[in-house]
Amino acid sequence: MTPLVDVQGVTKVYQRDSQQLTVLQALDLTIAEGEYLALMGPSGSGKTTLLNLLAGLDTPTDGSIRVAGEEISRMKPKQLAAWRSRHVGFIFQLYNLIPVLTAVQNVELPLLLTPLKKKERRDHAETALRIVGLEERMDHYPRQLSGGQEQRVGIARAIVTDPTLILADEPTGDLDASSAAEILDLLTRLNTEFGKTIVMVTHDPHAAEQAGRTLHLEKGALLEQRIREGHGAALASAGSDAVQEREP
Amino acid sequence: MTRGTIVRANLRRRLRRTILTVLGLAVAIFLFVTLRTFLRTLQTVGDVGSESRLITSNKLGIVFPLPLAYRARLTSQEGVHTVSYATWFGAIYQDPRNFFANFAIDAESYLALYPEIVVSDAQRQAWLADRTGALVGSRLMEQFGWSVGQTVTLTGTIFPGEHTFNIRGAYEAGMRGFDERSFLFHHRYFDEIARISGGDGVAGWYVLGVSDPERAPAIAQSIDASYENSAAPTRTQTEKAFNLAFVGLYGNIGFFLNAIGLAVVFAILMVSANTMAMSARERFSEVAVLKTLGFTDTDVLRLVLTEAAVVAGLGLVLGLGGALLVFNLGSFDLGGFIPGLVVTPQIALVAAGIALLIALASGAVPAWQSARLKVVDALRYVA
Repeated sequence: MTPLVDVQGVTKVYQRDSQQLTVLQALDLTIAEGEYLALMGPSGSGKTTLLNLLAGLDTPTDGSIRVAGEEISRMKPKQLAAWRSRHVGFIFQLYNLIPVLTAVQNVELPLLLTPLKKKERRDHAETALRIVGLEERMDHYPRQLSGGQEQRVGIARAIVTDPTLILADEPTGDLDASSAAEILDLLTRLNTEFGKTIVMVTHDPHAAEQAGRTLHLEKGALLEQRIREGHGAALASAGSDAVQEREP
Repeated sequence: MTRGTIVRANLRRRLRRTILTVLGLAVAIFLFVTLRTFLRTLQTVGDVGSESRLITSNKLGIVFPLPLAYRARLTSQEGVHTVSYATWFGAIYQDPRNFFANFAIDAESYLALYPEIVVSDAQRQAWLADRTGALVGSRLMEQFGWSVGQTVTLTGTIFPGEHTFNIRGAYEAGMRGFDERSFLFHHRYFDEIARISGGDGVAGWYVLGVSDPERAPAIAQSIDASYENSAAPTRTQTEKAFNLAFVGLYGNIGFFLNAIGLAVVFAILMVSANTMAMSARERFSEVAVLKTLGFTDTDVLRLVLTEAAVVAGLGLVLGLGGALLVFNLGSFDLGGFIPGLVVTPQIALVAAGIALLIALASGAVPAWQSARLKVVDALRYVA
């Protein structure tokens, strides 16, 4: 079965003044549909770069990235923007809500890029907020919400378009333990109940434990992976290559 | 929610700054429109003057009078059908700040030469019959709250004393731009007043009606030649040239007004443009978020430019609207000295062009920067 995400031989090199900095080196990775993957590794290991490449926010120097059968590494910026609006839901560490818009307006933002009518957009946004348990705070501005609530609005914004892939960049990095647990539960629910494919970058081993599979990156290469018990067979049937590798 | 909601929300983000920017632009546009209107009116004031009227004044300057005895010879000048005369009186009403044009005229001949002075027959007859009667411009009547039949006292500055007049009529201008703030009274009454100080028997200037405007230059030349060696040599020119020469006195002032005014306008525009640009730059992190969500470079460019256009548009509405209110509806005319101050469609169009330019100039750079910003780089502003 074809995996949802297929990364083949991806290299990313940044030019810093006269120096070339290789962040990712000939990286191969496949992610099955419905998989919940955690990316761990020290700072500068290339986790966020990989996430940005999967999100179509950046393009690889070499190699190919296919998501749901589409080769995104060759797309032009305008095509990538359109592709992102349809296929990617992005969750930021610092929530990144627009401070002058209410919770429901923030969630509605990605829907402005769809052909939906005004009323339909509003309905979708309200549904997304209900899923994350914030229907009571729809008309609140971000400054009127706690960090955990802001992140839940951020998650509602990420799921409102029903994207193919949810990418989370340290979604609990700025939260206290209790709020972080709520957010992790919510992500798990999105994966198990709604079948969403999630890739999460995290420094927190406890957060990574929630994922079905954890990959460790160091100096731009995948070093090891951990598969949660009972996940291997499911991944194999879903097209992931995870089961072909072993935890060292 | 629509994209307009985002623009509105961004404008309300720092409401005080938005209001100040709009006001700054409004003031700049108001100043610009006022300046252009003022200068255009000065430049076109000659249009109000007629080509078929000649003005004969003292060659040494308008403050030097001419003998009344010249009237007979001017009347016999070939090509001249009517001769009238007027003298500046220079009195004030109650307060020196209440300055307005008041001069003595030879009534019947003057009205014959100036069909622009429109007055009812009854009032005209009443004025002509009253030695101390006055014919007053309707806007001056409004300014002081005078009414026909009222007696007013003017205080002389050139001719000392309290001088009483009966207002017998109020005139309207028969053409746009013609002055409606003058106070006209009989020259024979002026002679009585001036006799006390030995200033009678003279006229400030003569107004001559010519039958053929094309012959006006030749007639003027002939008149001036005949008085060349007299005690009071003359200078004769068409009313239009006379007005333009009068405006010419403002020549340098006009230049300085233009230069200083435009510099002030430019400075305000630069400050406003910088504020708008700064406001957009502060939001690069949000631009990054929008782009992550799938907004294209063009979407972002449009949002930033729309915001700049709304600010510039509001500035235009307030600035141009204010100027239209003051000049076109309020009839502000610098106390009657520059009648016909009107914002023309051309000036309004130039003001709109300037507002558009401001919107483009202030919005273009941040819009371009926002659009060009790579999402990955832009996301770094988030942290």
